[in-house]
Amino acid sequence: MKDRPFIVGGLVVFLVFVTTPVWRSLRTPKATLVAPEIKLPMQERECVAPVGYMRASHMQLLDEWRESVVRTGQRKYVAYNGKVYNKSLTETCLSACHGSRQEFCDRCHNYSGVSQLNCWNCHSDAPQVARKSP
Amino acid sequence: MKMTRKRFLQLSGLSLIAAAAKNVVGGGAATSAITESTKATRWGMVIDLAKCRQKEGCNGCIKACHSAHNVPQFADRAHEVKWIWKQPFEDVFPFAQTQYSREINAGLPVLLMCNHCDDPPCTDVCPVNATWRTDEGVVTIDFHRCIGCRYCMAACPYGSRSFNWQDPRPAIPTVNPDFPTRTKGVVEKCNFCEERLAKRLAPLCVEACEEKALVFGDLEQPDSEIRKLLRSRFAVQRKPELGTGPSVYYLI
Repeated sequence: MKDRPFIVGGLVVFLVFVTTPVWRSLRTPKATLVAPEIKLPMQERECVAPVGYMRASHMQLLDEWRESVVRTGQRKYVAYNGKVYNKSLTETCLSACHGSRQEFCDRCHNYSGVSQLNCWNCHSDAPQVARKSP
Repeated sequence: MKMTRKRFLQLSGLSLIAAAAKNVVGGGAATSAITESTKATRWGMVIDLAKCRQKEGCNGCIKACHSAHNVPQFADRAHEVKWIWKQPFEDVFPFAQTQYSREINAGLPVLLMCNHCDDPPCTDVCPVNATWRTDEGVVTIDFHRCIGCRYCMAACPYGSRSFNWQDPRPAIPTVNPDFPTRTKGVVEKCNFCEERLAKRLAPLCVEACEEKALVFGDLEQPDSEIRKLLRSRFAVQRKPELGTGPSVYYLI
């Protein structure tokens, strides 16, 4: 029975080691997940599609727009509410409504880690370009 | 009524004739409908070289096009990007002159752009279908799809296509936000102002020319201004022997 302290001590060390993640999580401050604040358009209250659809599938919509304008020359989009829009990222989405790429697109994209986009390599994010040019 | 052999043969003959007649009438109607609907637009341009040279050193059309379409201005000629440009007569029409007229024409500038061929060789070679001829006869590029292989540049017999060897944005004097710029690694060229044609406006170069040296119109419309001009004046195309069918004509 001389080994009892070693066995108990070993068990304690083992238990402490195994439960380290629990202790560490207790020590670190609570992580807060705050969704980025997006600057909503001032003058427009409706998007080209319902907000839920746009939030989840705006990329598909933009892809369809691109495909139809560039490849078939269909430049008009009839929205769910019957309004007709010009299929244009810079003109319709950015200039007419959302205004700032940094305050609308980028905030959410950076937050969700989808920041490797190529749209703005060619399409102009009008306010920024206007600032750059003399 | 008892069917006789004679009566049976008469009836079968009549029904055969009726069936054949229906096919002939129906078929005829169908073909005429097709010829009606396939009568498409084919945009073309006539450049009057005499009028074009009236004002020496005039580059109004080139400036209008390049600034509106965000064409970069690189100092290094190896990186040059051009949609519409000028080249000496002898380079453009080496065979449209005699040994005696050579001196008169030498060095005279000729305005060049994409010919928007009827049968464009550049579109045939594209491995990703990034360039094609539209139903209106405009040879166009999908910059999203271009992979920058430059096959089209090799195939174009007119040197109408340019490659973006580096990011073009820093080389654009003032960016026009209404038209996208291009990115490094894609091919670009004149698009016959497709974005303006969609709004039924003439190309910018035509609008910018004060001498009215450029005439734009539908080559498929026999009564259009461009067709009247091509009927009344002697016009040449660039390298017609290649069979590409350029839509840009020159009045020499």
